Amino acid sequence: MRTPDYRLSQLETLEAESIHVIREVAAELERPVLLFSGGKDSIVMLELARKAFAPARIPFPVMHVDTGLNFPDVLEFRDKRVAELGVELIVASVPDAMARGVVREEPNGSRNRIQTPVLLDAVEEHGFTALFGGARRDEDKARAKERMFSFRDEFGQWDPKSQRPELWDLYNGRIHLGESLRVFPLSNWTELDVWQYIAREEIAIPPLYLAEEREVVERQGMLYAVNEFVRPRDGERPFRALVRYRTVGDANLTAAVRSEATTVADVIAEIAVTRMTERGATRGDDKVSDAAMEDRKKEGYF
Amino acid sequence: MGPVDVHSPVAEHAAELARARKDIVRIATAGSVDDGKSTLIGRLLYDSKAIFEDQYEAVARASKGDHVDLALLTDGLRAEREQGITIDVAYRYFTTPRRTFVLADTPGHVQYTRNMVTGASTADLAIVLVDARRGMVEQSRRHAFLASLLRVPHLVVAVNKMDLVGWSEEVFDRIADEFDAFAAKLSVPDLTVVPISALHGDNVVRHSPNTPWYEGPTLLHHLEHVHVASDRNLTDARFPVQYVIRPQTDEHHDYRGYAGTVASGVFRVGDEVQVLPSGLTTTIAGIDGPRGPVEEAFAPMSVTLRLDDDLDVSRGDLIGKPENVPTATQDLDALVCWMTDEPLRPRQRIAVKHTTRSVRAVVKELAYRLDVNTLHRDREATELGLNDIGRVRLRATQPLFVDDYTRNRATGRFILVDEATNATVGAGMLTPAG
Repeated sequence: MRTPDYRLSQLETLEAESIHVIREVAAELERPVLLFSGGKDSIVMLELARKAFAPARIPFPVMHVDTGLNFPDVLEFRDKRVAELGVELIVASVPDAMARGVVREEPNGSRNRIQTPVLLDAVEEHGFTALFGGARRDEDKARAKERMFSFRDEFGQWDPKSQRPELWDLYNGRIHLGESLRVFPLSNWTELDVWQYIAREEIAIPPLYLAEEREVVERQGMLYAVNEFVRPRDGERPFRALVRYRTVGDANLTAAVRSEATTVADVIAEIAVTRMTERGATRGDDKVSDAAMEDRKKEGYF
Repeated sequence: MGPVDVHSPVAEHAAELARARKDIVRIATAGSVDDGKSTLIGRLLYDSKAIFEDQYEAVARASKGDHVDLALLTDGLRAEREQGITIDVAYRYFTTPRRTFVLADTPGHVQYTRNMVTGASTADLAIVLVDARRGMVEQSRRHAFLASLLRVPHLVVAVNKMDLVGWSEEVFDRIADEFDAFAAKLSVPDLTVVPISALHGDNVVRHSPNTPWYEGPTLLHHLEHVHVASDRNLTDARFPVQYVIRPQTDEHHDYRGYAGTVASGVFRVGDEVQVLPSGLTTTIAGIDGPRGPVEEAFAPMSVTLRLDDDLDVSRGDLIGKPENVPTATQDLDALVCWMTDEPLRPRQRIAVKHTTRSVRAVVKELAYRLDVNTLHRDREATELGLNDIGRVRLRATQPLFVDDYTRNRATGRFILVDEATNATVGAGMLTPAG
């Protein structure tokens, strides 16, 4: 793989930058953890962490905030991947927290907001000082202003007005006791970069991302696959459609899209022509308001 | 909406373009509130088809009046929309068949210096926006100066709102000449001036029929073709050790590798190298890249070096070549941009992060404060306030391995961190005393 002109392609440049960030955290922070949901972004992030320390094992655990509403395929994928890499998996469970009365189910059935206190409790319990997240700046307007190293106070809150300036590749990992950092190694990746990297590196992904004929119902113009969390309501008639998921969130709220993309290469072709952001297209909970993400981030969400 | 036919010629073509091997070009934009910077960025994103349809529709709904306000595409946070300002550096992404762009959008109001320095620190190219009606104003000079201070290799001056001066060649030439003269004083290696109308799109992506006298490239054409490959330093081999990899497993019992990002230059298997601060020499036994062993590594690859001899090497050490190592010094002469309210003063103690090395230091001397508008050096200054730039001498508790910033951006830079608050409070560029 000689590059006679000493230039890196965009994927190689992004990969190098992410590995640099991951190593920097491992070197400077005492107790990092990588948030792994089994979604494509965290899969790529975990793969980059593997590369950053190979042939040694990843020197930090991974954590999943389990809302109890996950697609079974994704959980299976999560467990398999973690076992292959020999890393420790910590599960922070939203149903457990609900049982303990720490959080309460919201009327709309979304556990997006209530997973934040569960995450913050787990961070405190394990003493984590840095949390790797797979967020990308191209996802959302509030994310566009996020740093690679995002400082959080002792309540895990994000204050967009008092972020640390981030210059060159010199990241400031200094924190006081009780404070933490959120670190986003994929900040500069776009959705298409993530998919191209998955194709290039032949990284395994959960089958939900690829088109298959699934039983669905239509709700507010979006298609939801019928599963243990989504039951047809009165007046809804389930039908079969060739669909896939563009993001993998909670099974009760994540819509599928009509798609003929049965391979990763097809997915790349599809994304290249559709140019709809994945959140706008499929996440019901982000449609609530234009500033939804900004508000959630301030509370400590990713 | 029906499913996309992923096997259609259009989809296949799009996928081919997406897969094409491209390089990344990093851009910083600067301009004041009224000169149309947000509109220009919106235009670039929109015309390059990077604006996703749903974002566009959300903006269309939020825009006041009849036309879609492209500026709303970039004003991110609610807090900003309410106050009509831009708080911080925002990053945008757009891609063309030739290149992919990371654009650091920096606001032009009070925090300009801190934000622009942040945005320019990683940039290959800076775009300074000028309102054609007002010409080169104080702020344009300041932006051009900051870009040159950060050694951004390419500067583009976009003379905007040309429609409001009747597409006058004379007005454009006058502004271009003024900038040329100013840029000559700043050692800007490459200056391009383009007449545009961000609002109407003239000369942004397509050549404008309104400027038949302009024979230069459109803005996007220039961004796509500007030669950035030769901007890197491939001469001076510098490898700051970031992390030591020791698997300590049966399979890799004797593996000991030094992980890091090549700061500059090229390293090859078999090269003789020298480790600082010990000064010991050895040869490179192997280089492990993200996809296994490679024969050579160059900036900005993240790799792991294996050495022939078992030396004591740790994070913060630097691997170079015996005939070409950086200067090891505890005395740091630098231009410092100060980024916090509490001023920098002589005798102050501060933490320095340079490459992968963190040391403590004391401010020995403030030689002068620079007036970024007139470039006047105020040697009577006793402190640097927020957004001030000045020449400072620091004395570090341990040696750092440095080069001049003008020669090597990677080993000539550092950040300053307040030891009490842990905030990043300054950025430094090492330059010879003078």
